[in-house]
Amino acid sequence: MLIFRHEDGGKLASPEQMQVWMQMTMDWIGGIAAQNKLVSTGSGLAFDDSRVVGHNNVVTNGPFGDIKETIGGFIIVRAESVDEAAEFAKGSPVLLGDGNTIEVRKLAKSVEL
Amino acid sequence: MEQQKLIPHLFRTEFRKITAVLTRFLGIEHLELAEDIVSETFVLALETWPYHGIPDNPSAWLYAVAKNKAKNQLKRQQLFQVKIMPDLMNTSGESQEPALDLSPQNITDSQLQMLFAICHPAIPLESQIGLALRSLCGFGIDEIAIAFLSNKETINKRLFRAREKLRQEKVDIEIPSSAAIQERLATVLTTLYLLFSEGYYSESQDAVLRKDFCLEAMRLTYSLIEYAPTNQPPVNALMALMCFHASRFEARTNEKGEMLLYHEQDETQWDEALIARGVYFLKQAAQGNAVSKYHLEAQIAYWHTIKTDSPEKWQQILQLYNHLLVLEYSPIVALNRTYALAKVKGNALAIVEAEKLKLENNHFYYTLLGELYLRIDPLKAKINLGKALALAKTHTDKQTIQKKLDLIKTKV
Repeated sequence: MLIFRHEDGGKLASPEQMQVWMQMTMDWIGGIAAQNKLVSTGSGLAFDDSRVVGHNNVVTNGPFGDIKETIGGFIIVRAESVDEAAEFAKGSPVLLGDGNTIEVRKLAKSVEL
Repeated sequence: MEQQKLIPHLFRTEFRKITAVLTRFLGIEHLELAEDIVSETFVLALETWPYHGIPDNPSAWLYAVAKNKAKNQLKRQQLFQVKIMPDLMNTSGESQEPALDLSPQNITDSQLQMLFAICHPAIPLESQIGLALRSLCGFGIDEIAIAFLSNKETINKRLFRAREKLRQEKVDIEIPSSAAIQERLATVLTTLYLLFSEGYYSESQDAVLRKDFCLEAMRLTYSLIEYAPTNQPPVNALMALMCFHASRFEARTNEKGEMLLYHEQDETQWDEALIARGVYFLKQAAQGNAVSKYHLEAQIAYWHTIKTDSPEKWQQILQLYNHLLVLEYSPIVALNRTYALAKVKGNALAIVEAEKLKLENNHFYYTLLGELYLRIDPLKAKINLGKALALAKTHTDKQTIQKKLDLIKTKV
């Protein structure tokens, strides 16, 4: 699983920027799918209107509280190794954002789709 | 039409029609019998027409002979039933004159009902398509084997098991309830899509076009549109796709009957009326939220009806291919996507992406690489096209690749 970690997810983009962004993302995902290595496009996560439920059930408006990074979405790829998955991550437009990172993790249970 | 050509032509157009009507008449448990009767009818035509001449109305002749054979079969069966189990007969034992209706309306109805009967969930998807191609479209076993990249024995076994299953399940030949329509429509569309593709690309025979298959596929798809419960967005999208492709029928071959590639075609020969029909069906398809692969493919085909290249055209096509791949992987789509990528971002970048595909058994893979290397590295282009030529199976493909190779030789 490739998890997108954004440093500043709250930044607003113009519709034009959104469109360019979508296109770049689809070009990236299309390249992985063309190798038959895409398992799931996962889902993007909205940054606005979210909550953080803490210890003792304390609810705060989140997710941009004290933590610096926030999760922006994920996709699942089929790879022989974590290194191969990391190669896929390198092409992602998420990394164009300053301070953004992609976390590469193995699924505990392999998903076959 | 000369006789050598007439019978194969009639076989392609009439075999499935008569089989559908007969199967509905005899019951799905006698599907193979229906196929046998129609086959015998064609054998009789092959044996008698050369001596007695071609009948004035060859189709009517076939219908009449098949009808008689079916009636005799039924009489024999009824006789059997009268003797063995008389108490099961609802009549006093005298055989009723069966009404075998071979009107165009009943042929269309029977074919649609058969299509839905064959696409029954009890049968594995691949067998459904195989059986539909065999019984409904008159494909030969070897043609089906090629379409599935399999061999004759496997296909024969698969069809046998599928027919057994239909018999066991006592599937009725009828249009199913609306819930079952949803369940089976996807397979029905896949079958029609394959039928069209078989005609359009015809890998199995060296004929460049088998228009009959395409026209039958379009006719059956259209009958789904005419029937309200099946008039759904993906059906319209598939119809649009077929119209856009079919609009290039006449432009695809030169006067020698050789295949012309897209960029070599004279676009004034493209059928404007069919393109307009395609646009109409594409609009009809734009309802609801679900985007099927037919929507995406129809839109790609639409962009190809505009011959002039523009950055917008290829950007749109690239995005459509991206979506298509996310929806469903296929090697051909992966290759086409890479071609579109080259048009948008240049050959150098596309070569890097292409080499990741590793479709080393596919001649289109090497053809694409050869094409992309053409200006960058003619030697590599030649090597790749050479590999493509060795892998290509059909005469048309070999010819196309050879043309490209000759082009390099004259340049280098």
